[in-house]
Parts: sequence; structure tokens; C-alpha cells
Amino acid sequence: MMDEGSELSVTIGQVVQRLKGTHLHSQLERQAKECLHRPEIKLECLKDDVRNFLKKSGWERKLQNAVYRELHVHLAVPPQHMKEPLAYMRKAQASWENRILKSLNSMCTELGVPLAHKRSAQEQKDLINKWNEMGTDEPDLSHFRPVYAPKDFLEVLIGLQNPNHDCRDRAGSRCHWGLIQVPLSVRGIQDMREAFPELGLMAGQLGVDDHTHVPPDLFETEHVRIGKRVVSEQDSAAAQQYSRQGCPTGLRADLWALILNSTNEPEDVMHYDQLKSAVIIHDLLVDNLIYKDVKLTASNDDYYFVFEDYLYQVLLCFSRDTAVLEHFSYNSATPPKSYIRGGQGKEDYAVVYPPNGVIPFHGFSMYVAPLCFLYNEPSRLYRVFREMYARYFFRLHSISSSSSGIVSLCLQFEKLLQTHLPQLFYHLREVGAQPLRIAFKWMVRAFSGYLATDQLLLLWDRILGYDSLEIVAVLAAAVFAFRAENLMEVMSLAAAEAVLADLSTLKVMPLLQIFLFATAT
Amino acid sequence: MDTILYKVAHLDQVSDVQVLIHYRGPGGGSIMAGKVKWVTDIEKSVLINNFEKRGWIQVSDNEDWNFYWMSVQTIRSVFSVDTGYRLSDDQMVNHFPNHYELTRKDLMIKNIKRYRKEIEKEGSPLAEKDENGKYLHLDFVPVTFMLPADYNLFVEEFRKSPSSTWIMKPCGKAQGKGIFLINKLSQIKKWSRDSRTSTFMAASSGKEAYVISLYIDNPLLIGGKKFDLRLYVLVTTYRPLKCYMYKLGFCRFCTVKYTPSTSELDNMFVHLTNVAIQKHGDDYNHVHGGKWTVSNLRLYLESTRGKEVTNKLFDQIHWIMVQSLKAVAPVMNNDKHCFECYGYDIIIDDRLKPWLIEVNASPSLTSSTANDRILKYNLMNDTLNIVTPNGEIPDCRWNRSPPREALGNYQVLFDEEQAQSENAERDLRSRSGQSLGPRGTRANSVRPAPATWK
Repeated sequence: MMDEGSELSVTIGQVVQRLKGTHLHSQLERQAKECLHRPEIKLECLKDDVRNFLKKSGWERKLQNAVYRELHVHLAVPPQHMKEPLAYMRKAQASWENRILKSLNSMCTELGVPLAHKRSAQEQKDLINKWNEMGTDEPDLSHFRPVYAPKDFLEVLIGLQNPNHDCRDRAGSRCHWGLIQVPLSVRGIQDMREAFPELGLMAGQLGVDDHTHVPPDLFETEHVRIGKRVVSEQDSAAAQQYSRQGCPTGLRADLWALILNSTNEPEDVMHYDQLKSAVIIHDLLVDNLIYKDVKLTASNDDYYFVFEDYLYQVLLCFSRDTAVLEHFSYNSATPPKSYIRGGQGKEDYAVVYPPNGVIPFHGFSMYVAPLCFLYNEPSRLYRVFREMYARYFFRLHSISSSSSGIVSLCLQFEKLLQTHLPQLFYHLREVGAQPLRIAFKWMVRAFSGYLATDQLLLLWDRILGYDSLEIVAVLAAAVFAFRAENLMEVMSLAAAEAVLADLSTLKVMPLLQIFLFATAT
Repeated sequence: MDTILYKVAHLDQVSDVQVLIHYRGPGGGSIMAGKVKWVTDIEKSVLINNFEKRGWIQVSDNEDWNFYWMSVQTIRSVFSVDTGYRLSDDQMVNHFPNHYELTRKDLMIKNIKRYRKEIEKEGSPLAEKDENGKYLHLDFVPVTFMLPADYNLFVEEFRKSPSSTWIMKPCGKAQGKGIFLINKLSQIKKWSRDSRTSTFMAASSGKEAYVISLYIDNPLLIGGKKFDLRLYVLVTTYRPLKCYMYKLGFCRFCTVKYTPSTSELDNMFVHLTNVAIQKHGDDYNHVHGGKWTVSNLRLYLESTRGKEVTNKLFDQIHWIMVQSLKAVAPVMNNDKHCFECYGYDIIIDDRLKPWLIEVNASPSLTSSTANDRILKYNLMNDTLNIVTPNGEIPDCRWNRSPPREALGNYQVLFDEEQAQSENAERDLRSRSGQSLGPRGTRANSVRPAPATWK
């Protein structure tokens, strides 16, 4: 065991190591050099003067935000457990990856399509011309099918077993009635209340207290004023804390970018343009999967069809972005490898495929779609999405023991429901409508495509604010609680699904508040 | 699969609404007073379901009727001098006799131009102009001329900005029929030659008259796509003016990417957003029909542009609606048996300025999607709740002041009576030295207060 002091110095060492050589580092150096010409910098107190200058000119804040981001993304868990501490989880993830890869390869063989090929000069020209209207193109994709759908993934999670845990005696009332049989520790409602204090009934809340019947003077006006201040101060940590009570619509885009420390500097725009030209040069098999997914989901969606073309742009660029690979250092998943022709099985010929290491599944584009309401500049939209993916969304489709991972969310959902609505749970189980079979698809997409967009954004405010996906499981349980009366009357899975088919009328924050804070325990 | 279930659930909501109305009927005085007898020559289920759920009785148009939802063709004969009916106090129809003063493209323009001049003559601050001679507050329709009547004026305007694009529309047609774009004078010369030889008679009788309007070539694009707004406005009387705005309008999106390049001038899908046109495009989607709710638009604009400018845009939209109605109020035959639900078409440009394109007297009651059906069902329901209070036999002498609860998704857009009494109150207060309370400051912060809309 390390003591606190040495752990801290290790952390500091790691952060310094990671920030060295970044663009920010060189910018800071240049600023420091340039300020030497300024009259207020004196030789006798050079160090302090430079420091003061960096502080006043806002560079210190930028450094703080960068450090804050590093702390979130990379050091939340001890380094040895970065990917996944539990062996049986690692094993399950690896075998799941194998299945996906096999399915992808067999699709290649069946259809006779290469994983990647270089476009001809004419093809490249054509793609450049229709870059902004890829949606009007209708290639024949009937042979392509999504590599997997959430349903397939759920079956894998149901099959998860901890070899050291005996889970016989399933009939007992103390036993878990749900589908997830692995023993992970998840929070009970009391712990939840402590973890989400800002959602309490006494705290002001966007999504509740901005309703037209509530005088704005009670909460909204002041909250908006503080929000403006947070944006002008450019402080990531403050923005994150602020987001727990909800972001005002007009400030959300800036606040989220600030929380994620996602910039849109000229070099970010340049990077996006490079990705775009990578898309134009090479045609990848996954492009068809992306295309098909958008057509099957967002293109038919009342809220998101407008953004179809933005989705292609962002997702195609995403698949080429090798910077995404970084997140595999803390993701239980491992990027799939393929072999360059003629070198099957030889390590030297192995390449990550697709270049970002992420194989899209059915519904993947819904991670991007809601963000299109916030950012109308593709490069900015792209940066925010990539950061959101690397912080949160990857956890929703990889097998891990993380408290934000999909396995924990499933278990969390089932435990909340079993503890607080045992009658409902028992009834649904008896009629063959296991609640998780309905809620799983909501959670895999963090509810995107199920809630009305304004409500979804309020939910995602809290994901960002608490830096955790747990709230997604709470909402899933709260939805069941809200429709409990109707659900008690259903006699089949199909009937239960019908009761829960339309979530677009739900108001997220009241549901969460009532479930967490106004339910007897 | 999801989408289908979702629609079904939505349709359930409609039946909820229907049940509600059903309960209301027998309990009230409607049975005592007798049932409303209705006729329609527009066989649309959103309409008929609404009549039936109120327990109204269908009759034919040569029987006694109380409520006739009719097409614009029928209204012409109802009020024509030779065949005209004499409507009794318990009869209502859904059009004003000369609604075309607002709903024919050429007459609307004529009335608005006249209205501006009148306001200017009065010396009203609303007629204020900028340094280029453009109205600051009254410049809400694109520059428009009648053809062939105003041909010379048009040529003069065209020569001022020869690179501009213009859109030609036949005055009396709807749903995007007969519309084309031009960007060269030679094109219009050719058109006038062709039409003169073929339909000269029609042209001289005014039936084939066209309007030509400056084409808004900087429309606001969302997701790279062009769209227009369809909003509904209900008028129950023109003098005094009482009008209501429906909160649930929608945006209609082009399925093809917008490119202002002139090579695309022939591709009507790029330019016209009418569903009637777009339905023929290859990319037409039957799930959403290219329609996006106004609440989506608001969320998007507030998120990307901020709350203040978004509020200002919607205030301006309300403003131009009221102005257009005020422009026609003096010439409208304010028959007490009439009310009308208009479909306003508005385009927003990339500086977030709204432009009034046209007003439709018979907004389509055809439902292209499940959500569309719900919207139009509710639109009819809320309209009937206002114009036939409690679903009872109408009395055309009614006070036209529905209680707030009866408005449904309508909100008061302008109430001349109320505005006048508020004005009087204001005068009284300012004379007695009292300050104006906080009342009315919220909605009126951007524009001159409704009370000053004269």
C-alpha cells in the first residue's frame, strides 16, 4: 500500500508526463518566452512575474482544466486495474470481441468486400462533392447487417458467471431475481441519495424549477446568471459541479465543452480536416455499417432525421481517428486487429481495424445524434462527441466491472427494482417479462432515441455533472415505477413492451427526484 | 419495430382526448339544447372524428345545418349574390366570405402595401425606415410584384440587383403548383411570350396572374437543409381583431441538400418545402414526412444561438402575423357567422429574420404521418372548442371571449378589445401618476407592446 503522499506524487508525475509534449505545453512555453518582452516583467523577480502573467492572461486556467481532465480520464482507478481488475470479466470481453470479429470477417467473405480499399481518383472526387449530402446517396446495403444489436449483447451479459461465486438457491427471496448473476457491489437508494445530493427535493433543478408555473425568480434567473459566470471564468471543475442542477439550454453547448475540456482551436479544425481526407482516400467496410445504422435509426427519427448528414460526417471521421485508441488503456475492450493481405497471423502485418478500434453496432449513431442539437459546426460537434465517447459511451458496450459499466448498470437497475417494487418485479418475472429485457436497450444508448431531446439533454447534464452513468440505471427503474400500475396488469412481455414503448412524454427530473428522494425506504 | 410501437402509443393519446370530449358532451347542456348538425365537403377523418366524438349529427347541405366545414370553392357560392344562402344565427362556417384578401398571394401583397402607406400617413413610429428607405418593422414580406401588371416596376427592381433570383407563383394556386425560379430577364420575357400566346384570355381575366417575389437566397439551414415553417392562426373576428396562435406548428424540410447554385434552379425539390411537392422526391420519408416540430426548432436555436435571439425571432413571427391580419381587417367582410383557421408559411433567413411567404385558407388536413394526424386532430379539436363553446349549437352573436381553459394549444395572439381597454387603463394610470405594473412586460419587451399595434 502506498501512503497518500507518495500516491499523490506518483499521480503528479503521471500528469506531468502526459501533458509534456502536448500542444498546450508548447503554447505555455511560447507565452512565457514572449512575455519576457513586456515591461511589467522584471529580472529580479522573474519567476513570480511570469507566473503572474500566465495567471492573468488565462493560461493558468487552461492548464488547470487540462490537469482536471487528466485526473478524470486517466487516474480515476489505480494503474494496475486500469483496464479491468476482474479476470472473468476480461475473459468474457475477449471472447465477445472474438465473436464480433468473426462475424465481421464472415460478412467480408460472404459479400466479397475487402475490409478497406483505396478509392479511385474519380470516387474520391465524387465523395468530396457529396460530402455534405451523403444522405441522398442510396447504395444497396440490403446485404449488410449490423454486426450485433443490443439484444445479442444482453444475452452475453446474462451468461456472465463469476467462477468463485455460488449462485444456486435462486428461489429464495433474498436472492437476486434478475437476469444478471454476477456479484458486483452497487449502491442502494440510501447511498444514491448521498451520491446525488444536488438532486434532492430541496435543491433547485432545471427540468423541474424552470417549469412555466414556477416564477423564474425562485431559481431559474439566479441559476442562469451563475451559469454565465461559469462560462466566462472558463473553469472545468466549476462547470461540472454546475451541471448537476442542469444546464440552461442557451449555455449548455459551452458548458459541456468546458466540462470535457474540448476545444475548437485551429489545430482541432485541422485535425478534423485530416480525418475527413482520410475518409475520402479509403473506403472501409465499417462505412457501410455506419451508413446502414444511420439509415435504420436517426433517418427515421422525428427528432434527428434533420441531422442525417452530420452523423455520417462525424461517424466516418471517428472511425479513422487513431487518437480514440488512447481510451483502450482504461477500457476493458481491446481494439480488434486485422492483417494486411499476405501476412495472415503475422504480428508485423497486424493493424487495428477500424483505425479507431471501435466496431459500430446497431444504434451507435444515437450517441452522436442529440449532440447535433448543440453544435452546428462539424469540427466542434466531432470533438465533443469523441470526448463523450472516450469518457462514457464506451462503457455501455464493453464488459467490465466499472460502476459506470453496462454490467453494473444492469445489476443496479434490477436491484433497485427488486428492492423498491418487489411486487412489480415478481409479477413481470412470472409473466415472462424480465424488466431488463425492456430496459436494456434504453441503457445501452443512455436513453438517446427514447426520450424527447430536451429531456435527454437534462439527463446527460447529470451524467457529465456526476461523471457517472449510474443515473441512467436509476432512470430506467424510475420509468418502471412510474408506469407500475399499468405494468401490473400486463400478462406478457409484448404487453409490457407496449406500455413502455413511448417514453417521449416523460419528464426526466421529476421521475428521478421522486424515485430517489420521495420513495419510502 | 420500435418506431411502430411508438406510433401506436401516440395514437392511444388521441383516443384519450376523444374519451375526454365524450364525457363532456352528455353532462353539459348540449342535449337539452339539441345536437349540432354538421356538413362538410372535405372528407377528412381528423375533421369527421372530431364531429362524431362530440355527438354531432351529420346532415346533407340541403338540410338544416349548424356547422359547415367547407372548401374555399363552396364558400364562394354560399356568399355569392345569386345562389347565396341567408345564414341564420345558429349557423357557422369556417371561412370569411372574402378570405382571399389575405390568402391570395397578389391580394395579400396589395393589402400589406396599402397598410404600410396608411401607417406612414398616420405618422406612426411603426413606419420608421432605415437609411436605405426600408421599413424597419414592416418589411416582412419579400419584395413582390404582380405580373403582368407591374412588369415595368419589376424590371426596374431586377436591374438594381441583376444577380438575384426570383420566384414566380400563380396567384390562385396552392401546394407549389406552377411555381418556377428565374434569374435572367430573358426567362421572364420568354414566359410572358409563351403564356400570352397560349393563355392570353386567362391572363387578361386575371386568373393566370402571377406574383414574382425576390427569392430568399440566404435561408437558415439546419443540418444543411432548407425548411419553412407552417404555423396555424385562428381568427374569430376581424373587427375587433381577435386571433389565436397554435403552439404546435412544424418545420417542413427539403429532402435534398440546399445549394444556392443556379444550376440547381430546375430542381424544385431543393427550393420548395411543400409536402405535396416533396412527396414525389426519392428521399421522402414516410415515418416523419420531413416534418420537425416547432419545439425542436426552438431547442435547436436556443442551444446553438442563445435564448435572447430565439425569443426575439418568435416575437417577430407573432408580430408579422398580427400585422398581416391588421392589413386586411379593414377590407374583410367581417361576417358574424364566420371564423377561419389559416396556415401561415414563413421562411427564416440566416440572420434569423422571419419572412411571411403566404397564408393558406384551407391548410391541408391530410395527415402524412402518425404525428401529423395527432397534430391535425388536436388542431381541429382546439379550433372547435373555441368557435363552438361546449360543443353546443352555435350562436353567431357569441361574445368571442373563450375562457383560458378552452384554448387548448392555442394562445391569444392579439385581442383588439382587450388591447384597447388596457390602453385606456394605461392612459388613466399615467394621468393619475401611477406607474405601470410588471404586467405585460415579459412578452412585450422586444417589440412595441401589443397595445400599440394599430
